[in-house]
Amino acid sequence: MAQITLDNLAHSYLPNPKGEEDYALKQLDHVWGDGEAYALLGASGCGKSTLLNIISGLLVPSRGRILFGDRDVTHQDTVERNIAQVFQFPVVYDTMTVGDNLAFPLRNRGMDAAYVAARVQKIAAMIGMEEVLNRKARGLTADAKQKISLGRGMVREDVNAILFDEPLTVIDPHMKWELRTQLKALHNEFGHTMIYVTHDQTEALTFADKVVVMHDGRVVQLGTPEELFDTPEHTFVGYFIGSPGMNLIEAEVAGNLARCAGHAVRLGGTYKALQGRVQIGVRPEFVQLVSGEEGLPVTIKRVEDVGRHQIVRAEFQGRAINAVQLEGTPIPADANRMIFAPERINVYADDWRVAPLQSVATPQREAV
Amino acid sequence: MDKVQNNKAWFLVLPVLVLVAFSAVIPLMTVVNYSVQDTFGNNVFFWEGLGWFQEVLTSERVHAALGRQLAFSGIILAIQIPLGIAIAICMPKRGFWASVCLVLMALPLLIPWNVVGTIWQILGRTDIGLVGYALDKVGISWNYARNPVHAWVTVVIMDVWHWTSLVALLAYAGLQSIPQAYYQAAKIDQASRWKVFRYIELPKMQGVLLIAILLRFMDSFMIYTEPFVVTGGGPGSATSFLSIDLVKMALGQFDLGPAAAFSIMYFLVILLVSWVFYTVMTNLDKAEGR
Amino acid sequence: MSLRLEGVSKIVEGQSHIYPTDLTLERGTMNVLLGPTLSGKTTLMRLMAGLDAPATGRIWWEGRDVTGMRVQDRKVAMVYQQFINYPSMTVYDNIASPLKLMGVSRADMDRKVREAADLMQLTPMLDRKPLELSGGQQQRCALARALVKGAGLVLLDEPLANLDYKLREELRAEIPRIFEESGAIFVYATTEPEEALLLGGNVATMWEGRITQFGPTPKVYRTPKDATTARVFSDPPMNFTRIEKAGNKISFGEGQTAPASGALAALPDGVYTAGFRPDHLHLASKGNDGLRFRCMLHVTEITGSETFVHLNHAGDKWVGLLHGVHHLAYGAPIDVWLDAAHVYVFGQNGDLVAPASFAQAA
Repeated sequence: MAQITLDNLAHSYLPNPKGEEDYALKQLDHVWGDGEAYALLGASGCGKSTLLNIISGLLVPSRGRILFGDRDVTHQDTVERNIAQVFQFPVVYDTMTVGDNLAFPLRNRGMDAAYVAARVQKIAAMIGMEEVLNRKARGLTADAKQKISLGRGMVREDVNAILFDEPLTVIDPHMKWELRTQLKALHNEFGHTMIYVTHDQTEALTFADKVVVMHDGRVVQLGTPEELFDTPEHTFVGYFIGSPGMNLIEAEVAGNLARCAGHAVRLGGTYKALQGRVQIGVRPEFVQLVSGEEGLPVTIKRVEDVGRHQIVRAEFQGRAINAVQLEGTPIPADANRMIFAPERINVYADDWRVAPLQSVATPQREAV
Repeated sequence: MDKVQNNKAWFLVLPVLVLVAFSAVIPLMTVVNYSVQDTFGNNVFFWEGLGWFQEVLTSERVHAALGRQLAFSGIILAIQIPLGIAIAICMPKRGFWASVCLVLMALPLLIPWNVVGTIWQILGRTDIGLVGYALDKVGISWNYARNPVHAWVTVVIMDVWHWTSLVALLAYAGLQSIPQAYYQAAKIDQASRWKVFRYIELPKMQGVLLIAILLRFMDSFMIYTEPFVVTGGGPGSATSFLSIDLVKMALGQFDLGPAAAFSIMYFLVILLVSWVFYTVMTNLDKAEGR
Repeated sequence: MSLRLEGVSKIVEGQSHIYPTDLTLERGTMNVLLGPTLSGKTTLMRLMAGLDAPATGRIWWEGRDVTGMRVQDRKVAMVYQQFINYPSMTVYDNIASPLKLMGVSRADMDRKVREAADLMQLTPMLDRKPLELSGGQQQRCALARALVKGAGLVLLDEPLANLDYKLREELRAEIPRIFEESGAIFVYATTEPEEALLLGGNVATMWEGRITQFGPTPKVYRTPKDATTARVFSDPPMNFTRIEKAGNKISFGEGQTAPASGALAALPDGVYTAGFRPDHLHLASKGNDGLRFRCMLHVTEITGSETFVHLNHAGDKWVGLLHGVHHLAYGAPIDVWLDAAHVYVFGQNGDLVAPASFAQAA
């Protein structure tokens, strides 16, 4: 196990990159803690797979270094890096039994038979495949095969890191729950450094201690799920995390007041004068629907009953604005205004979050 | 998956049925006809029943030819399949050289059978042939027309030269369809090169290899032109494989009846082998699915 | 104006893929087929489309028997999980292709293609080839092609499954709007309960070749007919536990008891299965009717606004979805509370015997 350092890292697929835009991965400087679970989250083409390939040793970065602990592994082969990886589609050795599949990485390293047997038993119990250890892997369902892949990823105790490349893509929703929980439990128990690549926010947020949100070859925020939810550093994070994403409204901000198309919105802190394009952002979970004179005037377009909550889709000045109401919260029939919880409003200038000079109070933890 | 039925579609099959009838069914029936009759020429035929079949089945000459045939097919499969796989594994996976290799590999397949025979006939000669001359110089007096071992070696090498590329190309296609993730995973699992072959490449090539074996077996089992051109079945009958023997019987001696019975059994053997292969392959597919 | 399946079944190699099914879909409705992989969604769609012939039963379209009629002769459009477009044609020609086959006049065709492109926000990309587009745009192109056909029946087989999470969210919000404008019968297959809820309309929950329930989506969600439907239509899965009612008391878990209140009071004595959704579990009692469960906490997952707790209650694996962020100690006992109004009671054969009272009120 080791801490992973990305030192001044950048990568371009072109032989002679000129400008910023030629880089698939722009300047990265990060230290990822030993034994922590990280998720790389972003849309297709954001550079997350490039970064994963650099960590796994498939790609040599055009610039910078990568360190495992104090060891520079930038030019080392995958084998020398001592990592484990689980791929998007199940990779199993069809002609071997389930047990031999799990034992394969250990036997190749010449571990003694007693240790291998014990370890295989333990992992099989973890992934719930004790009964089928002697079955051939060929002919199992995709779910089961992916479980074997996960198991093979976990079987070695001494790995520097375990990489997961969208491992739940082929899994049914009900099964996803089970596998994700098992991963989490395995992490709790063994404390491996884990890196999990996905485009699915639920997977990223539930799995990771820290989520690395990537956009356009750049890390836009690295933070805990709470930080990403409460204080997105970039409007992209606000949009990408949360379902629906954060509401963003053009505004003029002065002191602790924002004006959106002439309507005043009270903020949770005071701000200095801002340059550029200024927006306020508030998550749909902190929007309340009311009738009366207070708040932003909106037209409700549709209410979607999603079971545990309702999504109210509305428009303000022709722009979409959403609110989330808990199951059982009545929506006033004549609702025509939205009010925001002031301490939950973030202010953005040119897409980057501006910290308030002083905030009124720390936000309460309970959402909605 | 069964589609909605539409009987009109059968009309589209009609031309093929007519063609197959003319090209296969009618000749086959003629052969069946010959196999149960005897003639003394002049188009006068007598009913012979299963007599010819009996004769062929108990004929030592046919037994010997069958033995030679099986030995030949066995030898060339034992050489061509491993060699083809080895070549496929050594070929570059992509880029300019991959295309060059593919074209080079395809070349022997494009040469007509009788030309292949002629090429090797000439190559093996000690007076003007490169191989024969070279062997002569190192002290081996190469003579495929007199020495049965030399004749066999020549015929086997010729077939290997001609057809190994087919096996290699099929194996190459099988290798190309293996996702990169498997190799990456094997690397991470620290699998040796042999294990990568044994547990990834071989299982994933299984399907195409079975096709390659089937094709090579059937083809070699029916081989005629090349050995006929090189050795004419000789010396003696050392390289008289089934089809050469059959032709000798039918045209050389004009024994139409036994030859017909012979060819029907020949046909049935190939049908049987193909059926066995087909069953094995579909069963494998079933095991593969889900 | 409707599509009616009457005792339709499908048998492949002696195995029933679809058991005899009756289903009536009305014109201008959105119908979601919800079920896990291999539950028969795609098979049922293929039967509806006429791509497969049913083993038994009849299919009626607008009062006419169309069983066995070829798919080409029916007005059906289908969109698949894979993005299927003609790679060598531009987006414009892709969308226009079904109209060309129908022999629509040039002017008409142009108008329809542009309308569809506008609706699907493809207007700027009309001259491009599908492979130059993003996944979401490619699937929009396939959707547009299905729409211009003016088909009375539009079948969508997990159309968003291969898209990124956020793109899926956006297209999912657009689909009900597109559907409202077309007036056709939409059938949409999905494995995700949340998707079914977001699309609204009607839902048919499927399990092992059977439709377990069909009705308006929120109604099926709140009053599932049986435990199977509840399990299919719940993500994370519904929690279950065995309860025993004797007199005015119910006992559950390892020797825990509670007064039989609400819907439970009226039930005859016996053994039942209680079910409740993860989001109805709380860390504190919210009323007087609260049921308290002592569980072991296995794992927690924090999404930033909510916390999933994975619990072990007397051998039953439960999931709870709590609002807000809670840092809790793993492997320790924890008390969770449940409002009795949120409990569904299922009989031993799995049928719902007492609905959750909150759902009745809603």
